Amino acid sequence: MNILAQKKSRWLEGGIHGFLFFCAFLSILTTVTIVVSLVWESIPFFFEVAPLDFLLGTTWQPLIVPREYGVLPLVVGTLQIVVGSALVAIPIGVCCAIYLSEYASPRMRKIVKPTLEVLAGIPTIVYGYFALTAITPVLKSIYSGTETYNAASASIVVGIMILPMIASLCDDALRAVPGSLRQGAMALGATRFEALTRVIFPAALSGITASFVLAFSRAVGETMAVSIAAGATPSMSFLPTESIQTMTAFIVQVSMGDTPRGTPEYHAIFAVGMLLFLITLGINMVAHRVLRKYREVYE
Amino acid sequence: MTQMKIQPNKFNQGSEPEKEAPDPRQDSALSAEHVTIRYGNTVAVDDVGLAFAANQITAIIGPSGCGKSTFLRAFNRMNDFIPSASLEGAIRFQGIDIYDPAVDPVEVRLRIGMVFQKPNPFPKTIYKNVAWGPQINGFKGDLDELVENSLRSAAIWDEVKDRLHKSALGLSGGQQQRLCIARTLAMQSEVILMDEPCSALDPLSTGRVEDLMLELKQNHTFVIVTHNMQQASRASDYTAFMEAGKLVEFDHTEKMFQNPSNQRTEDYVSGRFG
Ligand SMILES: Nc1ncnc2c1ncn2[C@@H]1O[C@H](COP(=O)(O)OP(=O)(O)OP(=O)(O)O)[C@@H](O)[C@H]1O
Ligand SMILES: [Mg+2]
Repeated sequence: MNILAQKKSRWLEGGIHGFLFFCAFLSILTTVTIVVSLVWESIPFFFEVAPLDFLLGTTWQPLIVPREYGVLPLVVGTLQIVVGSALVAIPIGVCCAIYLSEYASPRMRKIVKPTLEVLAGIPTIVYGYFALTAITPVLKSIYSGTETYNAASASIVVGIMILPMIASLCDDALRAVPGSLRQGAMALGATRFEALTRVIFPAALSGITASFVLAFSRAVGETMAVSIAAGATPSMSFLPTESIQTMTAFIVQVSMGDTPRGTPEYHAIFAVGMLLFLITLGINMVAHRVLRKYREVYE
Repeated sequence: MTQMKIQPNKFNQGSEPEKEAPDPRQDSALSAEHVTIRYGNTVAVDDVGLAFAANQITAIIGPSGCGKSTFLRAFNRMNDFIPSASLEGAIRFQGIDIYDPAVDPVEVRLRIGMVFQKPNPFPKTIYKNVAWGPQINGFKGDLDELVENSLRSAAIWDEVKDRLHKSALGLSGGQQQRLCIARTLAMQSEVILMDEPCSALDPLSTGRVEDLMLELKQNHTFVIVTHNMQQASRASDYTAFMEAGKLVEFDHTEKMFQNPSNQRTEDYVSGRFG
């Protein structure tokens, strides 16, 4: 037995351990840094604008005098996109996943699954122009009062963007359910549909919900496509045919313009960014809670 | 009692199966005629014909990989879910070929239940696991009673009666298996196929499952795949010995274990195999 060699490998073990810890620590550090910088940069904003006026105000007009910083129109705009895109993506995505995992032939899967992944990889700006040049004209032909920049078109395109993610992740969740559960259900005289809806789907629920949460976060954070398709008009009207502005679209508008550093409208983007961060965090936490309560764990 | 969506007449018509059972006085519940099962081009079961006597327990024994599970699954059309699997020949249940295109496989599985080798309880409560099958099939009677009776028959009632509404996944492996047996019993199907149901059970629970089969065979026909020679000789009325996809010998259990006609059977049951 070479005692020295053993010792060396223990050092190596220790080194690997330390390195891995460093990587984990780095990612936490990044997150903390982002949060701190968000808070730090938004503090000056709240010297100028009372937090309650910011959170409850219904007019968002930071770039024109008289300036107003009521963030609700941006929140409403974001909400419209999230709800609209979920209405498009969840039913289609889940059905697509069920088809893929339960009914599609292996050959069909081999075609559809990579196609979904390609769809997920298209730059969002392409989706934006697709909305503007393809979806909006269709909407206009259905209802002529539709504005050129409108929430519906943006919602649909964001729905299309998150659809592959939902379909692909739900498919993974459904396929991860052990085949023995399906066989057990079928052996008890279940039809394929009964086995799916009453055993497999509930068992996959945690993965399915996780895909919704990811999709929500993506819809909340979606910037380019929404800026292009929905315009830049903060609005509280809830009308899908009108132009809106989302929180992220505002951030982009200001960062790309010539707003001087240090002004309240400059600091406003950090305040909005922080709110966005809190909302996403909230969604994640609520989803986590709900999941823990309702999911059916298999093994 | 159970009210199920079966039209009994569906299975009652058709010709009598040609009997290959060793004891022609017995009615056969299920029979296989020249059954060959392939996975792709690989033959897993090779031209097997035999009949399972009604209200009797038949054991299928044979070395690992000889096709026992494949053969067993053919009797309630569970091989339908393996895309590469194909079957030739006929399997008759009360005279009807269950592979006839007119026969609904779901009906077949209602009449012919199955317990799997590995316990596969649903990630639901113990109660729901047992109630699930009867419920989806429109059971109208007293569900609580059915659940209790099934759990009692499977010798697990005392262990779970205080935790019926807790997850079945909190049970030990052996308890899960008995729960799966209870789940199958709750369907009150005529034939129950069991694929090594006791491989995860301790001797005590194994004994209970054997008692249960003996008790329930008035109303059920059992087919059990087992690697446990004592179990086959203790609990079964007939034994079939398979090897490399072929049926080597099929006879009364007593004869199979004491005075088999085939030398290979003798080697296998006496442990002088391979
Ligand atoms: N799904 C499948 N696809 C392809 N081949 C399979 C499949 N299932 C089983 N086989 C093959 O068919 C043969 C019979 O398998 P089977 O599971 O019926 O054996 P068994 O007698 O039940 O064995 P064991 O005692 O180990 O359970 C084996 O050679 C196996 O490799
Ligand atoms: Mg087997």
